[in-house]
Amino acid sequence: MGSIELKKVKKWFNEVNVIKGIDLKIYDGEFLVLVGPSGCGKSTLLRMIGGLEDTSMGDILIDGQVVTNFPPSKRGLSMVFQSYALYPHLTVEENMGFPLKTAGEKKNVIKNRVEKVAKVLKLENYSNRLPKTLSGGQRQRVAIGRSIVRNPTAFLFDEPLSNLDAALRVDMRLELAKLHQELKATMIYVTHDQVEAMTLADRIVVLDSGSISQIGTPKNLYEMPQNLFVAQFIGSPKMNIINYRDIYNSSNVDEELRDFLLTKKRVANIGIRPEHIKIVKNGKGHVKATTDVIEYLGADTFVIVNADTLGGVRIRCESNNTLEKGLKIGLKFELSKIHFFDQEGTNINI
Amino acid sequence: MTFFNFIVYVVIGVSAVLSYFVLANWAHDYLVGKFSKKNLQDSIFRPWIFMAPALIILLVYLIYPVSETIRLSFFDNYGREFTGVSNYVWAMNDSDFRQSILNNFLWLIVVPTTCTFLGLTIATLADRVWWGVFAKTLIFMPMAISFVGASVIWKFVYEYRGAGNDQIGILNAIIVYFGGDPHAWIAIPFWNNFFLMVIMIWIQTGLAMVIFSAALRAIPEETLEAARIDGASEVRIFFYIIIPFLSETIVVIWTTITILVLKVFDIVLAMTNGQWGTEVLANLMFDWMFRGGGDSGRGSTIALFIMLGVIPIMIWNLRRFKMEQER
Repeated sequence: MGSIELKKVKKWFNEVNVIKGIDLKIYDGEFLVLVGPSGCGKSTLLRMIGGLEDTSMGDILIDGQVVTNFPPSKRGLSMVFQSYALYPHLTVEENMGFPLKTAGEKKNVIKNRVEKVAKVLKLENYSNRLPKTLSGGQRQRVAIGRSIVRNPTAFLFDEPLSNLDAALRVDMRLELAKLHQELKATMIYVTHDQVEAMTLADRIVVLDSGSISQIGTPKNLYEMPQNLFVAQFIGSPKMNIINYRDIYNSSNVDEELRDFLLTKKRVANIGIRPEHIKIVKNGKGHVKATTDVIEYLGADTFVIVNADTLGGVRIRCESNNTLEKGLKIGLKFELSKIHFFDQEGTNINI
Repeated sequence: MTFFNFIVYVVIGVSAVLSYFVLANWAHDYLVGKFSKKNLQDSIFRPWIFMAPALIILLVYLIYPVSETIRLSFFDNYGREFTGVSNYVWAMNDSDFRQSILNNFLWLIVVPTTCTFLGLTIATLADRVWWGVFAKTLIFMPMAISFVGASVIWKFVYEYRGAGNDQIGILNAIIVYFGGDPHAWIAIPFWNNFFLMVIMIWIQTGLAMVIFSAALRAIPEETLEAARIDGASEVRIFFYIIIPFLSETIVVIWTTITILVLKVFDIVLAMTNGQWGTEVLANLMFDWMFRGGGDSGRGSTIALFIMLGVIPIMIWNLRRFKMEQER
């Protein structure tokens, strides 16, 4: 079992309130990702669950038991750090066996468990090496191995892939996903990389300066962001946010879009993702625009266009086009995919 | 006027050194260019020209004294008549010499170990209490006091007045206050060695503590947190994670203090002058060399024994240093 519950959890660093009251239930076997910009408190929250930071107010429950004042060692969790945090003087084998050794396991039990885990992580051939002789990816595997060996209630990951290069990160991401399927254990994963969040998570928690902005499945967050913050944070490239009045007043916008926008009240901004705008011939579509920057990425091309008072609009399109800078074009919006945000930034579609 | 003289000497000295290098280099290029067709940069003489001043100083102030000491140890008290190994034979049979060797060993075992242990413990604990910085300052302060100065201070601590008198030494004052009898601490054979060692420990613990404090800061916080999450107690973390992390620092401090202890002299001279069984090699050497008319033969012999003790540690230290450089 490995369910974790946070009840009105708050955290102050002296006068600074970094976690502003979080209620969250993490189910057994769930892969939960905490995302947010740097300084939003995601790492602090994870460290509070792990017991490395005190909880100023509220309660943390593991499997229904209040552990708020338990030291880290009594919580039965394991953690993987961004810097790997391996013990430099111990071999791979000893590093992975350390949690079992502190738990007072017998030598042959430790050996068996470590060997089994080493095999899963493809570390069998490195068992007598010191961490400094390993590559970054191998070190992170050892760190993961160290967290697996003692069957923790839940795994905590603090940006475990951030120190790896891009290619390795993609590989390790896949391995983590497989590992989760295999172990079926609860995992809480902190990252600022939304691709990691989208691909790994069962549910994502988006944090914004110490409070939860939205919780949901990746699909849920992408299709129905509850507010401007989530709308802009999830999705790459970012969702286009256009001031409602600018659209309404612009002479570049046609009647159909104008009439459609009139169906909603109290709208301050509209949002549309770059993939939900199509480039059409000049004079057609909803908005007249001029291409400005063309970013060729291989499979996709991002086009940034200037559209009068609307400002720069980013569009994602396929790469087989003949676009060039300064071309006059038309933009066709997928009307059903437009998000409406009120003055407070709340999505009023939902 | 004296200040003016001083300036003149500095200018003369600096320009003499400069002109040595410039002129020697120029002469080298001129001569080598004349007699050899090889590239001037490849010359094997140039390094020697530049190293010569340092080598000469080394020769005069290190090699010569050592070889002269070795020579003197085979001669009589005036250094005139060759007496073979008689000085060594004397040393082996001399009770003071034996006592000194024994005491030096005692110092060697107790002082570096205690300093390292105390320094590490204090450095670790001081980080956990709010008055840690204050405590560290107090413990570091004796570092600024010379051995002789410290001995004077501790002489007062151990000061003895006959029973019934007012005790001005704090140790006896405390003991008398609690109803005990005052003792002449530095005159109690065997144990008085430890009372002298306390002075060295008092001074050197500050050094060990400061270096350990810095080394402790270098341990990544995440590694300690990982150990905490892995279920290790603070004691276990100290012995299994922190001590291995500090192993190199421990060795450095231990050897530094060991070498210092081998040469211990001032404290013994100022406190007991080797009486009541506290004699150490350096003080014994000083005694024979310069007191009661002087005996350069026996003094030199004792000096060589001190050197013999220091050399293995120095070699080991240099090797370790070289290995660290190569890594």
